[in-house]
Order: sequence, then structure tokens, then C-alpha cells
Amino acid sequence: MSDIADRVKKIVVEHLSVEEDKVTESASFIDDLGADSLDTVELVMAFEEEFGIEIPDDAAETIQTFGDAVKFISEAQ
Amino acid sequence: MFDLTGKNALITGASGGIGGAIAKALHGAGATVGLSGTRVEPLEALAAELGERAHVLPCNLSDAEAVTALPKQAAEAMGSVDILVNNAGITRDNLFMRMSDDEWQSVLDVNLTSTFRLCKGVLRGMMKARWGRIVNISSVVGATGNPGQGNYAAAKAGMVGMSKSLAYEVASRGITVNAVAPGFIETAMTDKLTDDQKSAILTQIPTGRMGTPEEIAASVLFLASAEAAYLTGTTLHVNGGMAML
Repeated sequence: MSDIADRVKKIVVEHLSVEEDKVTESASFIDDLGADSLDTVELVMAFEEEFGIEIPDDAAETIQTFGDAVKFISEAQ
Repeated sequence: MFDLTGKNALITGASGGIGGAIAKALHGAGATVGLSGTRVEPLEALAAELGERAHVLPCNLSDAEAVTALPKQAAEAMGSVDILVNNAGITRDNLFMRMSDDEWQSVLDVNLTSTFRLCKGVLRGMMKARWGRIVNISSVVGATGNPGQGNYAAAKAGMVGMSKSLAYEVASRGITVNAVAPGFIETAMTDKLTDDQKSAILTQIPTGRMGTPEEIAASVLFLASAEAAYLTGTTLHVNGGMAML
């Protein structure tokens, strides 16, 4: 697993207080990991800071799963 | 009574009577204050009077870009924005049937849209800090209506609905959003009234007098305090009993 994926997973595990093995490629933040809509906003804020990137609102809405987040951040860097 | 030491507060309309009193009250409780307004001179004078822990942050609230930039400027100057007081407001009164689109829009822009933009701009920092206080200064007119003030009443009522919606969204993050609705307060805005108008108004106020800016500031100070953590989405009506809502 890439370094980016590890860092994203760490943020998700910490922020949503979930077990690491639940954070799979297709795990949806809201449906599988118990996030509410405000949690997803906060996750995006945390990703922005961790990776020094800016994630516009319309792009943020497309980030639904752990896999989406890793893919978006990998491409943005 | 309330201690705001270590908290940073951004106050719009700080050059006005109520805004100035709010800034003094928060500063007096130990907060660092960011004084915003369009007129630089009164802001500088207020900052000089307050001494330390006061920053002047001029901003024209009808300029969307300037409004969006203000929370960032305030956070740079003070380190963060923990308390936001949306106090700035303008009136452009006219009878409904004569009200121009421009009179309508300018009042909505400055009183309501700028409040939306400033709230949005400070939320990120408050969410991270898991602490925040937003106090929106509405008006009794937003609840009761007033002839000649269809635009102002709409904006002030809009602030209340907006505050409640935002209060729902961010309550779990330690951020409260409330409104204060002043009645008739002794300021430059009410100085323009004639003596006849004033005495007519006073007959409608059970306390028999206009309120002072300090009496509005006291409510804002309370809502900004740690003690008011369980109060959110509400409107404090500070109007001498003129409208008991």
C-alpha cells in the first residue's frame, strides 16, 4: 500500500474512530464507516492539511469512499 | 463575571454605537478584538482607546471579495477567530411600493449575505478548535415587521433562520450560533428620529426608555462566554418589553 493510502487511512481511523481493517478500498465514509455529512467535510479539511492541497467543494462531493480519497489525492499531488 | 481571556473576537460594524459597545465588552472580559467596519478613523480611535489586544480590520461588506478575505485577515492578525459578531447593518428605508431593486438588494447584501460569508469563513477554524461562538445581531423588526423597512426586516428575519440552520449543523462541534434582536437603542441610527417619533415609540416600550448599546453588548458577552455553551439557535430579544417573543 502506498504512503498516501497509509496517511489517508490514519486520518480516517483517527477521525471516525473505526478499526483499521474496516477501512477498505470501497469503504464508504457515510454508509460503512459511520460518518455524518459534517464528518466528511472535516475529513476533507484534514486531507487538505496533511497533503498541502486544496480540494474544491465540487470535488469534495465526489470523494465518497476511502478509495476515492486516495485516488483524488494521488492525482492532485 | 465572564472571562474571555485567550479568545479572539471579530466584530463587524465596530465603528457604530452598538458594535463599539460590543467590542468594549468583549475586550473588557479579556478577549482580543478585531474591529471591522468601513470607516477607518472611528475604528482607529476605538483601537487606541482599548490599547492592547485590538486590531483594526477595515472592510466594505458590500464587496464580496473583501468579505471573503476578512476572516483570513482576522485570523492572521489575531491567530484565530473564536468569536464572530455579525453586527454591521445598513438601512435604506422606503415604502414597499416605492422600494427599488437596488434598495432591496443592497440591504440584503450587507445585512444578510455578508453574514453568511463571514460565518462560512470562520467555521473551519472553529470546527478544528471544537469551540466557537457566533452571535448575529438581528432586530426586533425582523420579528415584528416595520412599515418602510421591508428590506431590513427581511434581512434581519433571514439572519434568524440562517442562525438556526447553522446552529443545528455545528452544535456537535462545540460551536454555538445565536442571535440578539435589539429593540430601539440610543445610537446614530435612532438619533435621526424626530422627538415626536421618539415619544410615540416610547409609549410602546414598557420600560419607558430606549435601550443603551451597553445593554446589547451585555447579551452578546453572555452568548460569547463559555458559560453559554448550552444555548444555541436562540434569539435573545433585548427590547425593554416592546415585543415579548
